[in-house]
Formats: sequence, C-alpha cells, structure tokens
Amino acid sequence: MATVPLQHGNRDTEWKLPARGTVAMASLITAESSIFTIFVVAYLYYLGTDVQGPHPKDVLEVPWFYSACLLSSSFFIWLAEHAIDRAKMAAFRLWWAVTILLGLIFLYGTAVEWHKLIVEDHLTISTNLFGTTYYSLVGLHASHVVVGLLMMLFVMIFSLMGAVGPQHAYRVKTLALYWHFVDAVWVVVFTVVYVVGR
Amino acid sequence: MRAQQNSTIFLCRSIAVPALLAFSTAVAHASLPGSIFAPHSTPAHEEHQLSIFVLWITLLIYLGVSGLLVYALVRFRARPNDDAEPPQVFGSLQIELSWTIIPILIIVVLFLGTARVLFSVQDAKKPPTALDVLVIGHQFWWEFRYPQYNVVAANELHVPTSSNSAPRPTFMKLTSADVMHSFWVPQLNGKTDLLPNRVNEMWIDPQTPGMYVGQCAQFCGPQHAKMLLRVYVDTPEDFDKWIKNQQRTQAELAAPHIAMASIPNPGNQTRGPLPPNSPATHGTVAAVSTEAPDNAVNAHNGQLVFERQACINCHAVGGTVANGRYGPDLTHLMSRDTLGAGAAANTPGNLLAWIADPNTFKPGCLMPAMHLSERQNAQITAYLLTLK
Amino acid sequence: MADQSLPAGQGIQAGHGSETALDRTSAHGTYLELVHSWIVTVDHKKLGIMYIAYALVFLLVAGAEAMLIRIQLIKPHNDFLSPYSFNRMFTMHGTTMVFLVGMPILFGFGNYLVPLMIGARDMAFPRLNAFSFWVSAFAGLLLYYSFIGGVGLSGTGSAPDIAWFAYAPLTEKAFSPGHTTDYWAIAILANGIGSIGTAINIIATVFCMRCKGMTLMRIPLLPWLYATMSFLVLVAVSPLTACQAMLLIDRYLGGHFFDTQAGGSAILWAHFFWIFGHPEVYVLVLPAFAFANEIIPVFSRKAIFGYPAMVAASVGIGFISLGVWAHHMFTIGMTSFGNAFFTLSTMLVSIPTGIKTFNWLATIWGGKVRFETPMLFSVAFLFQWVIAGLTGIMLSVSAWNWQLHNSYFVVAHFHYVLVGAIVFMIFAALYYWYPKMTGRMLDERLGKWHFWLMVIGFHVTFDTMHFPGLLGMPRQIYTYEPDRGWNSLNFIVSVGGFIQAIAILIFVYNLIHSYFRGEDAGPDPWDAWTLEWATASPPPVYNFAIEPEVASRRPLWDRKHPEDPDSAFE
Repeated sequence: MATVPLQHGNRDTEWKLPARGTVAMASLITAESSIFTIFVVAYLYYLGTDVQGPHPKDVLEVPWFYSACLLSSSFFIWLAEHAIDRAKMAAFRLWWAVTILLGLIFLYGTAVEWHKLIVEDHLTISTNLFGTTYYSLVGLHASHVVVGLLMMLFVMIFSLMGAVGPQHAYRVKTLALYWHFVDAVWVVVFTVVYVVGR
Repeated sequence: MRAQQNSTIFLCRSIAVPALLAFSTAVAHASLPGSIFAPHSTPAHEEHQLSIFVLWITLLIYLGVSGLLVYALVRFRARPNDDAEPPQVFGSLQIELSWTIIPILIIVVLFLGTARVLFSVQDAKKPPTALDVLVIGHQFWWEFRYPQYNVVAANELHVPTSSNSAPRPTFMKLTSADVMHSFWVPQLNGKTDLLPNRVNEMWIDPQTPGMYVGQCAQFCGPQHAKMLLRVYVDTPEDFDKWIKNQQRTQAELAAPHIAMASIPNPGNQTRGPLPPNSPATHGTVAAVSTEAPDNAVNAHNGQLVFERQACINCHAVGGTVANGRYGPDLTHLMSRDTLGAGAAANTPGNLLAWIADPNTFKPGCLMPAMHLSERQNAQITAYLLTLK
Repeated sequence: MADQSLPAGQGIQAGHGSETALDRTSAHGTYLELVHSWIVTVDHKKLGIMYIAYALVFLLVAGAEAMLIRIQLIKPHNDFLSPYSFNRMFTMHGTTMVFLVGMPILFGFGNYLVPLMIGARDMAFPRLNAFSFWVSAFAGLLLYYSFIGGVGLSGTGSAPDIAWFAYAPLTEKAFSPGHTTDYWAIAILANGIGSIGTAINIIATVFCMRCKGMTLMRIPLLPWLYATMSFLVLVAVSPLTACQAMLLIDRYLGGHFFDTQAGGSAILWAHFFWIFGHPEVYVLVLPAFAFANEIIPVFSRKAIFGYPAMVAASVGIGFISLGVWAHHMFTIGMTSFGNAFFTLSTMLVSIPTGIKTFNWLATIWGGKVRFETPMLFSVAFLFQWVIAGLTGIMLSVSAWNWQLHNSYFVVAHFHYVLVGAIVFMIFAALYYWYPKMTGRMLDERLGKWHFWLMVIGFHVTFDTMHFPGLLGMPRQIYTYEPDRGWNSLNFIVSVGGFIQAIAILIFVYNLIHSYFRGEDAGPDPWDAWTLEWATASPPPVYNFAIEPEVASRRPLWDRKHPEDPDSAFE
C-alpha cells in the first residue's frame, strides 16, 4: 500500500465551515416548526366544529399588550446581541434583562388569560374541541417561552457572576436565535387563534 | 472467488423458484371466493382490468431491469488473477437523462390509466333505481339498514342483482358506531373504511346471484379477525321475498293483531311507539313454571327470560320490548346462516353454546356470558329459534 | 478538539494490529470499570456500537414475536395464541422493528461512520449524542416494561395491542382503558426525542465537521444520505412526537383531539401518523441506499456512477416523500381529486428511486465484481429493491389500492422494503464495517451460509405472502377460515419465516465467534477508498492522529493511485 499522506499542497487556503451551533439550532427550529404546524393544523381543523360552547368568539380577547411585549423582546435581544458583539457587557446585561422581563410579562398575560377562561368562562382542556386545541397550542408555545426564559436566566446569572464575556457572543447568539423563533411562532399562533379563529 | 460464477445463477434461481411455486398455487386459487381476480361487479371488474394492465407494465420493467442486472453481474464478474483496477467511469449526463425521462413517460401512462378507473368508479352517478343501504360498523359485527324498506339486518347483506337492462346497483353509506372498520368484499369492490363521525360511500352492482365473502379490513380490536362479512346477491324476486320477510316484526308473526310495532331507529324511520302492556310483551309467571317439554312453551318462556335479562339492553326484536341497538338486531336471526358475524354456523347447538358463552367462539367479543342456568339458556335458544 | 495534544507518530496509517480503543479499555481494570466506561462514554464509535448492539437485541426479540405470529397462522383456526396475545405480538413486532431496531441500528451506523468518513474526530455534539442514545434506550425498555406493567384493550392485555399505526379512536380511553397504550405513546414520544437529537447532531456533523478540502460535492454519499435522512427525521418524526403528545393529552387530561365521541376526528390521526409514517420509510431506506452506495463501488472496483445524480436523487426522494403520505389512506374516503393527487405524487417517487437503481447498475457495468458476503447481500438487495419498488407502484394505483390496501399484499410489500432492502443492506453493512469496528473479519463461510439461508427464507416467506392478499386475506387477523384458499400459502410463509430465523441465528453466532476468533482485519481489508479505512481497525478514540485533508471523493484512491488520482478529474 502506498503511504502518501492525505495531505495536499494548498494548505493555506482558508477552510471555512458553518458554525455547528447555528446549524443545530436551525435544525431544532425545523423540528419545532413541524411540531407547531401539527398543532396549528389541528386547531384550524377543529375550528368551528364544536356544538357546545364556549366558542372562541365569545371568550377570547386579543392580547395586544402582551403580544407587543413578546414581539418587542426580539428587538431587545437583538440589541443585546449587538452589545456583546462590541464587548459592551453592561449594555448586554441591560438588554438581556429587558428581554427576560418582557418574556415574563408575556407569560403573566397568558396566565391571566387562562385564569379568566377557566374561572369565568368555564373553559378547560376537556370542555370541548376548542378548549383542547386552544390550551394545547397556546400552552405549547408558552412552554417554549418558559424554556427560553430559563436558558436566558442562566445566561443572566452567569453574566452577573462575570462568567459571560465577549468570547461567548456566538453562544449567546445561538440562544437568541431560539428566542427569535419563539417570537415568530407567536406571530403564527396569534394570527391563527386571535385573528382567523375569532 | 471460484464459486462466484454460479452465485448469480443460484441467486436468480432461489428467487424464481419459490416465486413460481407460490404463483402457480395462487393461479390455481385465483377464482376462489374472495379473490380480487374473480370480479363480479363493475367496480371490482374495472379494478381488476386496471390491475392486469399495471401488472404487465411492472412485469416488463422487472424483466428489463433484472435482466440487465444479471447480465452485468455475470459479464463483469472479477476473473481470477486479474488484479488490475477496471477503468474508472464517473457518469454521463445523457444516460442519466434517459433513465429519468423514460420512467416519467411510464408514469404518465400509469397515472392516466389509474385516473380513468378512479374517477369512473368513485364519481359514478347514482341512478334513481339504486338500492340504498346504510352500513354501520360495530366491534365486531356489521349492521345493515335499508332506509327504503325500514329493514335492519346484521352481518349478512342481501342485495339484488343488477343488469345492464335493469340496473339496480346498491349504493352504500358507511359509518361506524365505535372505532374504524373497513368494508371489503373483494369480488364486488375494493375497501371503504367505516369511520365514526363520518359517512363514506361506495357502490356495487353484482350481476350474478350467489354468496360473496369478505371481512373487516381495518384492525378494530381483539376480534377483528372474526368480523366476517357475507353478501348474498339475490335475484330480484328472491330479494323482494327476503325484504318482505324482514319487514315483518315478530309481533306481527306471533300476534297479528298488534299492527303497530317498533324498530326504534335513530335514522328517523320509527314506525310509531310500541303499545305498552301488550300481550306479546308480558307473559304470566305461571307459564314459566310449567315443565312441559313443549317447544312452544319453551320458546314463550325463553322470550320472558330474554326480556327480563340484560339481553334487551343490546338486542332488538321487532315488535317486542327488546329494542337494544348495541348488538345485532335479532328480529330475523333464523334467516341468517351464521352467528357472531361469521364466527359459527347458525345451528341450534351453536346458538345454545353461543348464548351460554360467546367467548367459546369469539374470545374478546363484546357480548358477555350471562351466567344463566342451563334451562334458561335452552329456553332462550328455543325462543330465538322462532325468530325466522 | 485538542488536535495538538494528540500522540504523534500515529498517523492516519496507524494501526497494524488491533491494539485499540476496545482492547485498551478492557486491558486495565475490572468488568465494572469496563461497563462504566461504556455507560459514561461520549465517543461516537462506542455510542454507535451500543446503538447497533441494542438494535440487534431487539431484532431477536421482535424476530421471536414474528415467529409466534407465524406459528399461530400456520393453519386455520389455530389456537396457539389467543387473539389478545396475537394482537400484542404484531403490535410489538411492528413497533419494535421500526423504532427499536430500524432507527437505532441505522443511527448506530451513522454515528460510527459519519465522523470517520468526513475525517472528523467526533460528532458535533458528543454529549447530545450520548443523551439521544440513552433516551432511545429508555424508550425501548419502557415499551417492553409494558409486558409487566400494562393492561390493554378490554382490560385484558399487557403489551400494547393497538397495531403499530395505533389508529384513533381505538387508542382513546373509551376503547383502550388500560395503560398499555400509554406505555406505547410515551415510548414513541421518548424515542422521537432521541431520534430528533441524533438527527440534529448528524446534520451539524456533516455540515460543520468536515475535514479540510471536503467540499459539499466531495462528501462521500453515505454522509450525504444520512444528512437527508436526518432532515426527514426532523420534519417527519416531529409530527409523530406532536401527535403522541395530543394522544396523551386526550388520555390524561380529558382532551378530545381524537375522541370521536366528542366530535374529534379519526382521520386527523391517520393524516398525522402517515405524515410521519411514510417519510419514515425513507428515513429507514436512505441509510440502506447509503450502504449500497459505499459497498457496490468497492466490490465492483469502480467509482460510483453519477455522483451528482445520486445526491440529487436522494435529496429529491426526501422532498417528494413528504408529499405522499395519504397513499396509506386511499380507502378512508378522500375525494377523487385527493386520491388522484396522491397517486401521482407517489408514482413520482419512483423516478429518483429509479435513477439510483440505474446508477448502481451502471456502477457494476464495466467493473470487476467481487462476490464477497457484503456484495452478495448488496446484489440480493438490488433485485429485491426492484420488486419492492414495483409492488409499491402497484399500491400507488389508487383504484387498485382499494383492493390491495390492508391486505397481506401490503404486508408482503413493506416487508420486501424493510427486510429485502433495508435488513439485507444492514447485513451487508455489518459484514463490510464489522472489521473496522472490531479489527476482525466476520467468517466468510458462515457468512455464505447466512446469506443463502436468508435469501431462500426471505423469498419463500415474502414472495408467497403477496398471494393471500390477492385472495382477500386482510392483515392483522389472528386466525382465518379454512375455506378461503389461504391455508397452503400461509404454511409456506411460516416455513420461510423459520428458515430466516435459522439464518439470523447463524449470523448472531458469526458475530460472537468472529469477535474472538476472527481473522485479523488490518486497517483496510476491502481495499476501499473512503476515509474510515485510512485509520486503524478499530480506530483510536481520536479517529485520526492528524486531521486528514482531501482533494477528491475518494481520498484513498488518490493515495493508492498517485498516477491516476480522482482529484485530477474533479
């Protein structure tokens, strides 16, 4: 057997590959998108098929304020990404904290809405098809918000402990990608549940 | 590498021999009841013709491709003492294009052939002379309702023959009372699933009288295997006779003065309420205590037992208090050839054993053993034997 | 990736002999330490072997279940199994074979081979890799725990008895009151999470871990197909995971997704399941194609014919397969337009599939074919794959499908795909890469026995199995009437099944025997061309002492034939 090594001349040419974190997060987002698609399809499929109420148009109120909070958090996390890129760690912490706060406000909004639906409108997950599909879809999204918030909280704690530096910009951005996805999904869920569904 | 010359030949043989064996067995059986190659109704016939067309095309493709493969493997096998590498060829755009375009053409042909049959069978117009049947699937039996005749039957579907001169196809609506089932009588048509909350449609127009077998083709629980199905294709005269008999309630048979009988029916086909306290529904206790071996008495007592036990929660006998809908309608049980959706032949002995414990024939069926005394079982049997 | 600190001198030619990771681990310490080292490992090769071992164990289990099924069906009105047991057996057989044999064994090969073939030292996310494996393993154990812990349909069963596609509403509380359906749903859910994790890992590995010079068009076909397969896992297994969540919401929280008594829909489950179920077939078959893409060229001594066409066809199969799911539902009552659409889309899959088949043929054409065991299995695969594809075309003919659907013809067809194509290629792959994994060759004589018994058993079983279907025999029935003409056919099918069982036992013996007594393999026993053969057998933990650099698709060809390198043509 020949023993020519597997090396070739032009060793200086730059060999660039995509970042694995970004590719993996994009893959995860692909998978999550199909999960959300299935729940959205189920919601639309059963829309208006309930014989017994409560029906969406009777009980649902459009959560303009809370939606605005969540969607604007995408902007603030972008500011945070921008800041860590420029090694401005104080600004990064500020925008990161604002993002977390906005996410928490959104979750609070969901909790308030659910409380009203359950206590006042007597709509639970087992009441009718609307209840089943609504709580599943909105709950699935809310659970993603919770996961995102937990991860951002870890980053926040590490950052306050001084363990997050500009060298982690890439990881922070990967996490931010997830948060952007959670926001984008809310646009879909919002459209389906509160615009089309009412 | 010595034996490898023969390897390919053995390979082909080992593929061909069992295939041929099985194929010849199958050809010998092709005209069996239940074969999709022995159609007796227009949809089945069209599906059969399409299948022959597709089989020929695929057979030709197979012979072509596998022939090339065999040739290549034999022709280009490694020879002993030849260690030089063959010339390396990396591809050819023309060749790639040719084996892309030719399959596309074949697919166009196959698709057009399929579409013709698909639309002609599925979108066939229903003629005004058609017979309507509502098929309801249950775990693990079939309910057949004839809305035009107010008849409810079970497990054995009777339909008239249809001919070109006097077309009388049967148009079925199919639904399910519980889980998914599928209606399949291969000689008459392909499958159509029965789903809860949904009505599907299919049609048949059998030309030859006879009995056609089929069974449930969608897994539906423990006794999916014994959810058998029979379609009796009758001459128009026989069919009318059968319908006439089915239309009579047992009240009319036993006590002709009760004109009003009831087949409670969610399909808006009720014929009026059952008169309360009618003689047909309430016997006297004295009759039960008589030990006479007389069949009529036995049958009468059997009816009392039947009506006082849980039997009537599930079973209906037209013209009596029995109006359960969970199990098969027993009004004309004796007009059927089988028990338990084909699980057993309908003989008095089997009937007795079935009542004592249905699980002996059909373990997992939803009818429980009622744990009655032997005498009570015999009485119920005697009663059911009168339901002609 | 601490490439600087690796021991020098162990170049890519390292490893004459088998002083290797496997042996080194066992060389020191107790068995307990050995077990511990496997449990805590994040090495892609160890995880790959664990995947394969785990799948082989379940292959034997599910094979035994198949044998019980065939004993029950050997004659009409047999009472070897009760209907309950029979339903459990085919449910567990199907579920196990797809989720606990097919997926793990293919992921195992992917884990083992993808980093080696692209010249990487590990997967992109080694710890995620270990996590995915253990989640999948947990899923398998959970599913089989149901034999002890569950109660099934009508409250009488133990293992799940709802068929592997678990059609609603049979799985709802009203019809499946016990817990076996919950075991099934949670096991599939957990398995899905493991699969998605591995898929993400494989995609990230293929695209982000390639060695220097390995551009997209120089990636060997196996990693390419694994990336496609992983993409399919992302978009197809996720819906399955989602609908298991819906089923569990129904069963535990009183939801109504598939609760037909409260207005839910049985069709929705069918759609969701087959949106997973059909691409799943390609998830399983793409790796089988991948093995063929590596093995057929090496044993024909020719480069793969039409590499770009092969890549395009594989990716094309992946995309088209996402639009064909409802061909499992031609009898469910779709409109004629819907039936026509899915007829056409299904037929379209045969075009890229045909391209692949013809490219393999063209690869053999003009070569010098060596019929060692891996190639024998690959050749059988080619013939069987053609038949499986053609019966697939028959099934796509919707108007004929009304007859064929849910009959034994379908069972024969998908076993032709799953056994005739996938299992045969898995055997080929094991014979081909076992030397790489263990440093020892599998025994050729036993391999020939295994092959011929397998081929004969396979054809006796599955050729014959088409015919009862044509004669009206539906699938999933625990017994049948003697007057339908199915008796002798079923007898032949059962006999064929036992022949296959013997073949598999020979194979298992070969695996164990050769591990201890096998001929020494050396780094490159087949005179092959891809990077995994450039390192020792088995490879060291770090795979390559010096990260390789490539200039063509066949770096080892270039090395062995400096006078005629591929890189001159690319």
